[in-house]
Amino acid sequence: MARPSRQTIRLTVTLSLAVILACGLIYTSFSAANPTVDPTTLLKEAQPGRAYELTGVVVAHSVRRVGETLTFQIADRQGGAAVTVDYSGEVPDPFREGREVIVTVRRGPGGTFVGERNSLITKCPSKYKAAPPAANRS
Amino acid sequence: MAGLGRACLLLILAVCAYGIGAGLYSARFARARGERESWLDSARRCIYAVALLTTVAMAVLEVAFLRNDFRFYTVATTSSRTTPELYRAAAIWASQEGSLLLWTWLLSLWSSLILLLTRRRLRDAAPYAISILLGLCAFFDALMVFYANPFNTLRRIPAEGDGLDPLLRFPTMILHPPMLYSGYTLAMIPFAFGAGALIARRIDAQWIRLIRRFALASWLFLGIGILLGARWSFAELGWGGYWGWDPVENAALLPWLTGTAFIHSLMIQERRGMLKVWNASLVLATGTLAVMGTFLVRSGVLDSIHAFGASTLGVPFLVLIALLIGGSIYLVVSRRPLLRSEHRLESLLSREAAFLANNLVLVGLGFVVFWGTYFPLISKVVAGQQSSVGPPWFDRYTVPLALVLVALTGLGPLIPWRRASLAGLRRHLLPPLAVGAAVGLGLAVGGLGSSPSAVAAVSLCAFAIAVTAGEVVRGVRVRTAVAHELPAVALIRLVARNRRRYGGYLVHVGIALLLIGVAVSSSFMRQQERQLAVGQAVKVGPYTVRYVKPTASLLNGPDHTGATIDVGAVLEVSRNGRRQFLIKPSEGFYPTTEAGQGPVSALIGGQAVSHIAISAGIGGDFWSAIEPNIHTPRLTEILERANRIVQPTNATEAAVALAVLLREYLREAPPAQFNLISYPFVEWVWLGGLVGLLGALIALIPPPPPLLARARAKVGSLVGAVAEG
Repeated sequence: MARPSRQTIRLTVTLSLAVILACGLIYTSFSAANPTVDPTTLLKEAQPGRAYELTGVVVAHSVRRVGETLTFQIADRQGGAAVTVDYSGEVPDPFREGREVIVTVRRGPGGTFVGERNSLITKCPSKYKAAPPAANRS
Repeated sequence: MAGLGRACLLLILAVCAYGIGAGLYSARFARARGERESWLDSARRCIYAVALLTTVAMAVLEVAFLRNDFRFYTVATTSSRTTPELYRAAAIWASQEGSLLLWTWLLSLWSSLILLLTRRRLRDAAPYAISILLGLCAFFDALMVFYANPFNTLRRIPAEGDGLDPLLRFPTMILHPPMLYSGYTLAMIPFAFGAGALIARRIDAQWIRLIRRFALASWLFLGIGILLGARWSFAELGWGGYWGWDPVENAALLPWLTGTAFIHSLMIQERRGMLKVWNASLVLATGTLAVMGTFLVRSGVLDSIHAFGASTLGVPFLVLIALLIGGSIYLVVSRRPLLRSEHRLESLLSREAAFLANNLVLVGLGFVVFWGTYFPLISKVVAGQQSSVGPPWFDRYTVPLALVLVALTGLGPLIPWRRASLAGLRRHLLPPLAVGAAVGLGLAVGGLGSSPSAVAAVSLCAFAIAVTAGEVVRGVRVRTAVAHELPAVALIRLVARNRRRYGGYLVHVGIALLLIGVAVSSSFMRQQERQLAVGQAVKVGPYTVRYVKPTASLLNGPDHTGATIDVGAVLEVSRNGRRQFLIKPSEGFYPTTEAGQGPVSALIGGQAVSHIAISAGIGGDFWSAIEPNIHTPRLTEILERANRIVQPTNATEAAVALAVLLREYLREAPPAQFNLISYPFVEWVWLGGLVGLLGALIALIPPPPPLLARARAKVGSLVGAVAEG
């Protein structure tokens, strides 16, 4: 049997390494990822200690700050279930009632959820203009 | 005016359809040479016509913005009379529809440029390339015609617009979208000509030579766009960082990474006729990633701070991306026999091998970023549950890969083509290795050993910079010895004679400086988020920060961004008991057109935006943001009373009411929330970016045409003769 050329060996080694690294990367992405959930799903499925990416809309009149902690409620985009989040860390400028936000949370005591520090992001409102209502289109 | 704009969009569709037909007819069916040429010229003129029509459309929309013509839906929702004129002029690309028009305009302009430059060349590939470019123009134009028309008008014209999002009222945001879109659209030029060459089976060295500058220009513009976006994030958004692995940031980084790989690997094809399959794949991948980046921002498919949500553009984009990916794979696979390498890799100790390794790392980085960015979609398909990975996941993979890349950046210039001798390599390698080791040792001894990855990064960057410096010094020495030139003259001529090589070296230095900034600033930043009352102080790293007094201004905030009121603080920053500087962060409050607010509340009820204050220095920045509390019971009562008293149309009364509110705030300022960061070496990020971009610009400047070069040489020799005489 002919011995494989040096080029074939190099190619095999390189490809094997690439496959091993890619497998590691894929495995860790699944194990390190946080499920993205809305408030309804979070209330149903949240397990203690596990982190979730919570997305939804900040409920009107729910925002209050006590010392370093910002407490607010997030509801489903179409309304309905809402969860209370105790958050500390950077608050993005566009954060306000009625805005869509994403925050990493874990289940806390007493039915509340604790936001991971500096994990709150708010969608840029300028990018969310719906098309003009048909009635007002000329 | 809106009618003219709409007519332009419809005409563009018609011109594109004709041009695609003319291009394909000239390539496939026209038999006589003259006939082929005339159909090709006709297709080329279609690109020029599209450029002209999109320019007219852009002008119509721009005039509408400058004239506050709120009949235009786009103007009414992204601009207002209170938006400063400079930002009003740039508001055109703040909306979905305006940014689509910008994309089409830039694509048609860059396409026109390459067609002007390649009038008599690439005759076989050009018909297909023109058809692809016109197809892309038609796609984006159709999106505007059928989904997001920038010339939609309103029947009930509002008296005032919603205004440009205050977050976008920042100098770098005027340039960021055009730069980024130039990068994206320029990436489509190599894509179109690469695909054209593959379709026409004319895969010689000519197409690589012609598109090289466009690939480099795309890289340069993407780099500028990314840097401007990072600066905006750092100096305008209140979170204090410049990179957060946000999907939209990653979308721009992906074609930049594959573009970087291509710029390196095409040198191997030019020199040794190798890696043709790889290069064709990279060109097509970069173009596809540019479109995917545009898709990601517009489809709302991923949760991102910047994405245009609730959009209907996802499906058309998915169809286009599927076409681009499918077509690219088909072309590379079917033309594989034509893409055979002319030489084989002779040794692992060769520049080809170093470039290949550099390419593998860059593509590996690209894969990591791609996987992490699109993971929410992948996990949804694979596991049925949408999940996402955060910055720590990205850091885990990108940091070691970046370290390997810097090491290769240092090694590459030292290794000759084809084969290097170990002895020669050792001789050239030892001095820069010693520099890197000394820097690493110095940092460890200096107390920075707590972050081994930062020490490793800085050492490797020092090594790469030392290699580049050594190469330049060697070149200058040769010139001074052979041509008897002064060192400064020798340096200028050395760079001028080989702009591509030395421009590339400068890019390496820039990237090394940038990575030093990233490594040190992210590893050794110190942050405090605290609520402080007037007179209170807090420790932030080596600094002590004291809240000296509150500030407030009405209608003439320090940033001139159209804020109604600006509320902030004067902070005194001291170190070891000595006052270093005063710093004045503030927050601007902007008007809103939302219904249900009183006449005075409406003036400040819109977006509140941090006006970051930064004390910058080469050794580090001090960064500060404030979130003042203007909603205390006392201030709320004043505001509510003013809402009841002030007439909605009386601006003077409203201004007086706000002045009273601010006076009360200053009289007894409530505690404010501060975000304070000591950021060592962060200026190196911007400095390195600028150096790198300067290097790319040098590499991009074409050499003088032969006639001009000969004339210059003649003049030089005459001047020399006169001087000697």
